[in-house]
Amino acid sequence: MMSSQTVTSETVLSLKNVSKNFGAVAALTDVELDIKAGEVVALVGDNGAGKSTLVKILAGVHPQDVGVVKIEGQEVHLGSPSDSIKHGIATVFQDLALCDNLDVVQNLYLGRQLRGHRLDEVTMETTAWELIRQLRAKIPSVRIPIASLSGGQRQSVAIARSLLGNPKLIMLDEPTAALGVAQTAEVLNLIERLRDRGLAVILISHNMDDIFAVADRIAVLRLGRNNGMFMAKDTSRKEVIEAITGSVDNAVTQRAEAHSK
Amino acid sequence: MSAQPTDLQDERLTINTGLSGAIKKSRDRIKSGDLGNLPVIIGLLIISTIFQFLNPFFLSSANLSNLLMECSAVGVLALGIVLVLLVGEIDLSVGSMSGLSAAIFAVQFVRNGLPIVLCILLSIAAGAFIGWLYGQIYNRIGVPAFVITLAGLLGFLGLQLFVLGATGTINLPFESPLVQFGQQAYLGHTFSYFFAIAIAIARFGLGYYGAMTRRKAGLSAPSLISLALQSLFIALSLGTIAWYLNKSRGIGWMFVFFIILVVIMDYALRRTSWGNSVFAVGGNREAARRAGINVKGIYTSVFILCSTLGAIGGLLAAGRLAAAAQSSGTGDVNLNAIAAAVIGGTSLFGGRGSAYAAPLGMVVIASISSGLTLMNLNSSIRYMVTGAIVLLAVSVDAVARRSRTSHGRG
Repeated sequence: MMSSQTVTSETVLSLKNVSKNFGAVAALTDVELDIKAGEVVALVGDNGAGKSTLVKILAGVHPQDVGVVKIEGQEVHLGSPSDSIKHGIATVFQDLALCDNLDVVQNLYLGRQLRGHRLDEVTMETTAWELIRQLRAKIPSVRIPIASLSGGQRQSVAIARSLLGNPKLIMLDEPTAALGVAQTAEVLNLIERLRDRGLAVILISHNMDDIFAVADRIAVLRLGRNNGMFMAKDTSRKEVIEAITGSVDNAVTQRAEAHSK
Repeated sequence: MSAQPTDLQDERLTINTGLSGAIKKSRDRIKSGDLGNLPVIIGLLIISTIFQFLNPFFLSSANLSNLLMECSAVGVLALGIVLVLLVGEIDLSVGSMSGLSAAIFAVQFVRNGLPIVLCILLSIAAGAFIGWLYGQIYNRIGVPAFVITLAGLLGFLGLQLFVLGATGTINLPFESPLVQFGQQAYLGHTFSYFFAIAIAIARFGLGYYGAMTRRKAGLSAPSLISLALQSLFIALSLGTIAWYLNKSRGIGWMFVFFIILVVIMDYALRRTSWGNSVFAVGGNREAARRAGINVKGIYTSVFILCSTLGAIGGLLAAGRLAAAAQSSGTGDVNLNAIAAAVIGGTSLFGGRGSAYAAPLGMVVIASISSGLTLMNLNSSIRYMVTGAIVLLAVSVDAVARRSRTSHGRG
């Protein structure tokens, strides 16, 4: 089976010179990032490194001050969440933004139900099942309230919802932070399936295990600037952590030393 | 070889088929806290038994027929309250709104002699405008709905008194269409049976069409037999009610009008994207916003609908009373409307409820009121009993909710 990466992968997203200030604080300075179709790029950095700011810029929550964002070679202006969605960027925020009192179908189609005057329940339900099957998410019924699903299943619903608009790029913000072992594995499988479908995936995570399990490349931000781009299979955790913390002698290495004594 | 429908293929699903399956499913639901309307129905049975025992006139045809007419005006108010509760807000001014609407109508119709349709439209427009105003203040300035509508309760009561002027009460002529509608309009006896059968046939037709569409798409659907049984049950129960009430004056058109409003609202809530958005905003406002739902628009639309229904309820009450008085819409009208919505099963926290909560809760409230009146007890007892029942209803719902969450039924 040919993997989508042997075909010339086009660059889906290209960020150049992106800067963002909040008052006197420079949250992002001169950030560069290129993401191709069919790859998973992990975006890592300590708190305050600028990851959330970058995610919000791409999600259309607030635009950058300086810099150019290009989608598939075309420069775009992401002024609102609907702009981002229109240009094919889907975001799954950390809190999932699901409505507990609604069922899976209603959550999937939140804000974009089919045929507003007389809801096309049948098409929405069959599409829901298709998406869930494609993602191999084991959800028993799409008509039970979301509140009764497990964390991993809810994550699947949130990811399935982001796929509805046929996006080119999906950003997942800390997708496994609140999940157990089996559920984390489910989500990592999901991410790999997304990549195999030819989507570009940005994974924001603090979890080194997850990152090294699925990421192709690792982009490090530190204090609002690029601080390294690593190929996952050619690098080690030590190198990545050094780039995150900015020094060879950091809290992580000190712990490692202390415990090996 | 018939394939299993798409939505029933998971191995973890317990599939209950047939009549015994349906019974088992209901038993499981009840055990896990998804009581549905069971508490209300049991409550009604208890109330009916007690009051019938205390005064055999309670369950007479004449009393019940009158009860249905009496509960319609406040029932329409309760329907508006349901909508506001669904988004997690409240409207304390529906009573004043109804009184003001009656006053506006009476002044224009009786004193100024305007055509009745125009007067009705004026009252309804006043309701819509006030609801819109609430929406603007809520969205732009951010004052909590509790406070805005509390101000409205007082302010519009004052406006009502001002509009009515020195006379205080304006009597509506007995022959006017509104009073006729409120006091004399009942379903013809034969027509009521036709109506009952028509509803049953419509239910079957819609259910059949829905089931066909689902089966064509490979989804599970209720069987022909269950649809037929449902329709038969509807026909029989509606027919029996009609037969019993026809022994006296029959079913009032005002009550039918109320139910028609309920059915329309229920359709809007369950089958339109607007309704979905209402439940979404009530369930998780931030998630709704991020999904692109116009949250402010939803709030405004709900306030407009609630005040408009308040105005309509006021007109119905004026027709029933044949007058617009200074006391119209005051007293326990507000509380009865809210209590009815809550007893009928609407959650005070938003996101859960249905349009049918209004008639269900209203029948309970009206029964208590009627029963206590028949016993010649004064309002003090009525207030205490109603208060206790509201507390009981909300407590049952709260306990059931805990059971629901632990059983995964939300």
